[in-house]
Amino acid sequence: MTITPPTAFGAMQLAGEPELPDILPPVRERHGIGGFVYRYPAIAIGGLLLTLLVAMAVLAPLLGTVDPAALAPSKRTRPPSVDYWFGSDMLGRDIYSRVIYGARVSLLVGFSVALLASLAGLVVGLVSGFVRWADGIIMRIMDGMMSIPPILLAVALMALTRGSVPNVIAAIAVAEFPRVARLVRGVVLSLREQPYVEAAIASGTRTPLIITRHILPNTIAPLTVQATYICASAMITESILSFIGAGTPPIIPSWGNIMADGRALWQVKPFIVFFPAIFLSVTVLAVNLLGDGLRDAVDPRMAKRL
Amino acid sequence: MLGFILRRIVSTIPVMGFVALFVFSLLYIAPGDPAVVIAGDQATPQDVERIRVSLGLDRPFLERFGEWSWRILHADLGTSMFTGLPVTKMIAQRLEPTLSLMLITLVLSIAIAVPIGVVAAWKAGSWLDRSLMGFAVFGFSVPVFVVGYLLAYVFALELDWLPVQGYTPLGDGLWPWLENLILPAIALGCVYIALIARITRASMLEVLQQDYIRTARAKGLAQRPILFVHALKNAAVPIVTVIGIGVALLIGGAVVTESVFAIPGLGRLTIDAILRRDYPVIQGIVLLFSFVYVLVNLLVDLVYTTLDPRIRY
Repeated sequence: MTITPPTAFGAMQLAGEPELPDILPPVRERHGIGGFVYRYPAIAIGGLLLTLLVAMAVLAPLLGTVDPAALAPSKRTRPPSVDYWFGSDMLGRDIYSRVIYGARVSLLVGFSVALLASLAGLVVGLVSGFVRWADGIIMRIMDGMMSIPPILLAVALMALTRGSVPNVIAAIAVAEFPRVARLVRGVVLSLREQPYVEAAIASGTRTPLIITRHILPNTIAPLTVQATYICASAMITESILSFIGAGTPPIIPSWGNIMADGRALWQVKPFIVFFPAIFLSVTVLAVNLLGDGLRDAVDPRMAKRL
Repeated sequence: MLGFILRRIVSTIPVMGFVALFVFSLLYIAPGDPAVVIAGDQATPQDVERIRVSLGLDRPFLERFGEWSWRILHADLGTSMFTGLPVTKMIAQRLEPTLSLMLITLVLSIAIAVPIGVVAAWKAGSWLDRSLMGFAVFGFSVPVFVVGYLLAYVFALELDWLPVQGYTPLGDGLWPWLENLILPAIALGCVYIALIARITRASMLEVLQQDYIRTARAKGLAQRPILFVHALKNAAVPIVTVIGIGVALLIGGAVVTESVFAIPGLGRLTIDAILRRDYPVIQGIVLLFSFVYVLVNLLVDLVYTTLDPRIRY
């Protein structure tokens, strides 16, 4: 009688082999671009759309556009045709050119507000999280600002100044940044409880180094997600401001302005409002998709829930 | 309980104080000298100076702020620079359409969004869940006036089911009033519905994993009472929070919706005031809306304690 465990083991393995694939189905590893698209479809679609829109805005002069401000009083409110792809407005301006150039304003406002509001919010949030005596005052001020509905706050600020693109950006950024400040403060306060930050404080690391080494890297992820949502909401706010006549000056073609121009005629000439509306919606959708995708990628726990 | 409510009410005072300070500064730094405007074209510098002193415009910032706040507390928002009418009167005239629109939107949105969120959470991962949440992202991205124009074009111009524009006071009958507000309410509610549906789904998903839900299933309780009684009540706190926060969206959106549907409400007044740079009116509207917003969120906090008696501040 010989003990032959290897053989027995081998025999068992042979016998069990057909069932193994059922227990552990092979995981197909996906690499490269295909893998990225498979894992993060929202980021891929949103990112692609947004890239296309940015390219469209940058390359506006090359896309068969004419001067968006060129008037042609004899060719007013033409429906879409070969000459006027999207029709012409009540001053005879080419709506296609205006919509393509209008992407510049929307994207510029969206990106600038996202950047400015994130930076301002980051600074205020860090100060609030680290300088304990200032925290109460700063957060009461932020609460006060947040209790004014953002669009109303932007409208009120715009009423103080001339309509110009930088003023629109500043007004929307002021209305948006308190939310970022609140977010960053929350992150800072929870990080300060972490053992490694406590260890750094205990071992005498100076605050600037703690901030750059331990705090900032941890705020980047939530901040990026928040910045994407701010970008989307800033583009909507800009169009609303322009639509009600408190935003970008009418001479600059922005999607809100084109729609404001078409407002009086929308029942008879709906195409004037239609095209900028489609572009605005698609752009905001692209940014929101990107934001949702980033949020899921950054926090997989949230991905399952939302 | 009473102590808690009182404390919560008192805590809104500094917030409203800051809002008041902010809104006052707005008028203070606003370009254009009211004294020059009132004095008219033919006024000498002495006249302007006299008017400035009589209006108290020469006095220091804090003194003027104190006096202004005192007036606000007595419900005096000043007079319009354009029409010469008291701002409170102008606002009161426009209050009904805006209030009607916002209330209908609120009721409609909650009635649509909460069931959507519950069903999406119940069928999480299915095609139904995916398409509902896809619609939510969409609703989130399409600006209020785009939805407004689309709805008005399809249901009013093409199908002729509902009036295109305008407003009929509630005093003229329930249906005429409602008829004019259905389309604006759906347009305005779009973002709000998306927001509430998403948070309802997220909050429900968390609750549905709890042990007591399994117990309820195990003892043979039907699906509907589990979802709408056991789960929804426990998932309610984040939902109610978002309903409160989302009122800011309603306020901002109302301005635009009223413009699309030609509703003579506060939004219309806001736009006119901006175009004319009528600062006292802008000031009054911002103050009023902020007050409403703070009040709604105060109410939300008080609702918490009835939903979840464990919450104490």
